[in-house]
Amino acid sequence: MIVERPRDLLVKKILAHGFLLIFLALILFPFLMVLSISFRQGNFAVGSLIPDNPTLEHWVLAFGFDYTRANGEVVSPPYPVLLWMWNSIKVSVIAGLGVLAIATISAYSFSRIRIRGKNAMLDALFLIQMFPTTLALVAIFAIFDALGGVTPILGLNSHVALILIYLSGVTLHIWTIKGYFDSIDRALDNAAAIDGATPWQTFRYVFLPLAVPIMAVVFVLAFIGFINDYPIASVLIRSESQMTLAVGARLYLNEFRYLWGNFAAAAILSGLPITIVFLIAQRYLVRGLGEGAVKG
Amino acid sequence: MTTGAGRSRSRAWPRLLAVAIVALILLWGAFALYAAGQPLLGAIILGLTTAFVVIFGSDRFYGSRFIFPGIAAVLVFIAFPVIYTIYIGFTNYSSSNLLTYHRAVEVLTARGTVDQTTEQPFAVARDGDEYRIWLPESGLLSEPVPLTDERTAALFPVDAPGTLLDRRQTVALREGLARLTLETPEGQLIRNASLRSFALVVPDYVQTGPDQLTRSDGTVLTADHSTGFFRTQDGVAVPPGWRVNVGLANFERIFTSQGIRGPTVEIFVWTFVFAGLSVLLCFSVGLLLAVILQWQHLRFRSAYRVLLILPYAVPSFISILVFRGLFNQNFGEINLILDALFGLRPNWFTDPTLARTMVVIVNTWLGYPYMMLLAMGFLQSVPEDHKKAAVLEGASSIRVFFTITLPQIIPPFLPLLIAAFAFNFNNLVLIFLLTRGLPDIPGTVIPAGKTDILASFTYRLAFDNAGQQFGLAGAITLLIFVVVAAISYANFVAMRRAAARRAGRTL
Repeated sequence: MIVERPRDLLVKKILAHGFLLIFLALILFPFLMVLSISFRQGNFAVGSLIPDNPTLEHWVLAFGFDYTRANGEVVSPPYPVLLWMWNSIKVSVIAGLGVLAIATISAYSFSRIRIRGKNAMLDALFLIQMFPTTLALVAIFAIFDALGGVTPILGLNSHVALILIYLSGVTLHIWTIKGYFDSIDRALDNAAAIDGATPWQTFRYVFLPLAVPIMAVVFVLAFIGFINDYPIASVLIRSESQMTLAVGARLYLNEFRYLWGNFAAAAILSGLPITIVFLIAQRYLVRGLGEGAVKG
Repeated sequence: MTTGAGRSRSRAWPRLLAVAIVALILLWGAFALYAAGQPLLGAIILGLTTAFVVIFGSDRFYGSRFIFPGIAAVLVFIAFPVIYTIYIGFTNYSSSNLLTYHRAVEVLTARGTVDQTTEQPFAVARDGDEYRIWLPESGLLSEPVPLTDERTAALFPVDAPGTLLDRRQTVALREGLARLTLETPEGQLIRNASLRSFALVVPDYVQTGPDQLTRSDGTVLTADHSTGFFRTQDGVAVPPGWRVNVGLANFERIFTSQGIRGPTVEIFVWTFVFAGLSVLLCFSVGLLLAVILQWQHLRFRSAYRVLLILPYAVPSFISILVFRGLFNQNFGEINLILDALFGLRPNWFTDPTLARTMVVIVNTWLGYPYMMLLAMGFLQSVPEDHKKAAVLEGASSIRVFFTITLPQIIPPFLPLLIAAFAFNFNNLVLIFLLTRGLPDIPGTVIPAGKTDILASFTYRLAFDNAGQQFGLAGAITLLIFVVVAAISYANFVAMRRAAARRAGRTL
């Protein structure tokens, strides 16, 4: 430990806390504003931080109920927020499970099974993984427009199409799980092989139970990634009833119909659960990103 | 591996059956796509089916079975769409050239005009819930039709039906009648021409040869396969056009047309500035906070940490929209506060410099927690005794940071910084939800804005209401592709070096 003079230390502490508090005030300002706006009357941001006449109107509307104002006027919810949330959760859970299944099996094979050209394939996966899906939006639109001509299940406005294209997010997760499998002792596979297990049985009965924690992390990461996706969903989904939250939320701040107060309540309602899931998962997230990316 | 082959042989039949069923479903899909005029997609499904049958049908490829799903997903959902998008860059695919040649011909030849000179009266007879049309002059009666949707019905020469609906009842059916097409035994088409009559439909265009249509007024149109339109002799194009390969025409437009080249170059430069500035600011802010949070004498460190990563935890599409509202010029909270304090009301969304500043501020807010979390991890791996030694030599803490700490954390950080650059280079969501690329660059022929980055520029070209210029968007995608490929390769090399360095240190 480096010895410091107590006076200097105190000054430094005050400076550090002061800096952090001012910084936090700036950073958290948007959250406080949104909270305040969601209880404010009307859809324009005029008023103090603590609303003068707090109202639950925006919250009642966000939950999908009609709201009766004091003067008897009945207001209907502008957009089906809960339906959008359900769409988002449904699509993200199914796509997340799909990604998990593919990533776990692929990671196992990259880690343990001898295949010719494996290293080249791994390098290729790493390079391809850098290409964002925004590069492929035009083709994604053209492909699913064409597939829709064969069967509407795979056409535009279909959740099945969205889930299929989300499966492309598998590459990064293959790397994360492979890093984990690489750290498992080879003696385990050998023991299983001596007992006569096929590679599939080794995977199913030895590796899969061991991988449950990392699989949980990968699932949460994939889930959050899909919930947050805007570009693909906005290209594929056009009808209001099929929209995911990320696509629908934008409608609130249309230049011609600016629903600032309603947006604030809907944003907190839909953002809060995702934020909490993320805060729980974030420790693993950084570990996964750091290790998965650096383990070559 | 041999044990695996032995076991699976004993259970081969159920597996082969399952493989056959899946293969049949995929083959049906491939055929349906081919029939729907998508031979390329059909061929890809066919290739996928072949690979599937070979790998899962034969025991020789047991190991590849595990790898197949991942590789197939990457090839089908990433590699193919990216390549296809770039291919579209060499075509004229757009809202004016949306169809295939085959469909364009179909659309044109299906157009018809009612020939008023062939009018003949009609009457309607009820047949259960449906109706029959009676044409007394030609003595023809149609098959029963519900008169609820678009439909073609055949006519047969028979005797007049017993009871016919009266005038008023017939008029009540006029909407359904308008959607009906009748076909005579000779194959001529007859449509409803007025409240009292049906008449022959004369097709506007008749195919009179390969790549040739003749209009009803006698004009001959020839298919121009270089531009994807039928043209009259005078060169007038007749829509709708079809998709054709136009070679480098889109690239020529980007590099030579003044209204496109100017904004493209400006957006290209801004994309680099934006991504570079974002990474630099996020990294600096994140590192500074990480260093402060790393200080042992500081209390409440974990509370600070959770609060500081909040911007990263909230779904970005929500926080970006929140900023869109807060920065609003007239009723945004930021301007209300600036107005009260300094009497300022900046035009965040209409002034180019301010709009760009706002984009970078918001992106720093969104991105610094990630850098902070990473930096906290890397800072822990810097050996404490190096720092102590430097302090004993009399170096200030700032000097220690820049000469000891920073050089040690930069190499492992580099791949992640490059990845962050690549991410921001394509940060479509931020631009699209915050400014939509606005304010517009003046004097352009395409939608292009001062805050547009290449990715959002492409998105607007392809999917904004004006034009749907998929071809041009594909061409610009190739530009982005080249840049991303370079970044991707740089990251690959940086990662290899970082891995080698770690391996060297542990040895």
